[in-house]
Amino acid sequence: MKKSVLLNVNGDLQELFIEPHRSLLDVLRNDLGLTGTHRGCDTGNCGACTIHVDGLAMNSCLLLAADYDGSQIITVEGVASNGELHALQKALVEYGGIQCGFCTPGIVMNALALLKDNPAPIESEVRARLSGNLCRCTGYVKIVEAVLSLNRESDLAQV
Amino acid sequence: MHSFDHITPTTLSEALELLGRNNGTAKVIAGGTDLILQLRNGLQSPDLLVNIKRLEELRGIRYSEDSGLEIGALTTLREIHRSEIVLRHYRCLSDAASRMASEQIRAFATIGGNLCNGSPSADQAAPLLALDASLHLVSREGSRIVPLENFFIGPGLTDLKAGEILQMISVPKPSGKAVFIKHIPRAFMDISVVCVAIRLVLEGNQCLTARVVLGAVAPTPIRAHEAEGILAGSIEPDKIARAAKLAAEASKPIDDAKGSAWYRKRMVETLVARGLASLVE
Repeated sequence: MKKSVLLNVNGDLQELFIEPHRSLLDVLRNDLGLTGTHRGCDTGNCGACTIHVDGLAMNSCLLLAADYDGSQIITVEGVASNGELHALQKALVEYGGIQCGFCTPGIVMNALALLKDNPAPIESEVRARLSGNLCRCTGYVKIVEAVLSLNRESDLAQV
Repeated sequence: MHSFDHITPTTLSEALELLGRNNGTAKVIAGGTDLILQLRNGLQSPDLLVNIKRLEELRGIRYSEDSGLEIGALTTLREIHRSEIVLRHYRCLSDAASRMASEQIRAFATIGGNLCNGSPSADQAAPLLALDASLHLVSREGSRIVPLENFFIGPGLTDLKAGEILQMISVPKPSGKAVFIKHIPRAFMDISVVCVAIRLVLEGNQCLTARVVLGAVAPTPIRAHEAEGILAGSIEPDKIARAAKLAAEASKPIDDAKGSAWYRKRMVETLVARGLASLVE
């Protein structure tokens, strides 16, 4: 039986009427057209579907939308402000931390959550956190460099 | 996926009533990291999912010097990893949580789910067994307390009855020193090939209490009772090697993609010896 579910997605209230077995990933992509959140493994291993739910990074493929009625969701579409990329997104471009780009939205969301927990991580902390995101192009080096390059004080004001 | 109804109760009694009324056809969902995959693979096909995430009665980490630790079943692995109480008094539990899955999964996977899923490689089970933890199970009919050691029955099988919910986990006050060792080929994001949790209560050269717990090497997480027995009394150098051998003999591993039974038995011996040495030093 379908259920009414209210979500705040990137600041907009969305009232949905959905079947309880549907994942948040599925609903974001197919009902709300937010295709920046990617479907990789659909088993919680690759991290391409990472979003923020009530302030924490989570794999949206393993969340039932019906379980999160009333939650605040941020997807990669909610990261840039006024058409300008976030400092982390700019750094990923600048350092070559994107190649095919499939994993990038998940990397952005997880790295932003890391910087919220720990505004000045060292390399081992960045690598440990990004173990939840698979990238098959970059070898991670440039992604890690991009995250470490941020000037925390000024760049993170907008997180 | 099989279709099901979905209800989010806001009190424990409402949740227990729902489970009791839908005897055996309802399933509890907490974090859901294991259950959602089982639903997709057809391994579970409930008619009703009871989302327990709003139950305040299942939340919180409480500690007192007299009675020890209480952890609500909904406590996430992230919360256990970062809890100052757990870090200070039960560090092996925080260490185990920190090595499970990814930060994204730990943000919603719960300690209760890790136990109730009944996996032989559940990384919270080994340290909790070493700490002599008990489970507080509630149903519409009443409540009962089960020592964790009696809870696991086989792979995916536990003593949790239809209609019951795990409310919290209690751990006696801290005693002795403990260590958790997880053996995986990758640095992160892997299921234990073997894990070991050991706790020793030492007084001078005497070992008053020993717990040697093995994960992922038997149908359930197990205590190696014979290894524990030999450690009691004075700690002599050869006892570590003998206890490690006895622990390996107690293990009953299988061959699978993560490692052969032969390899796992040898790793049990190695890791138990390593863990004991680190505690005795």
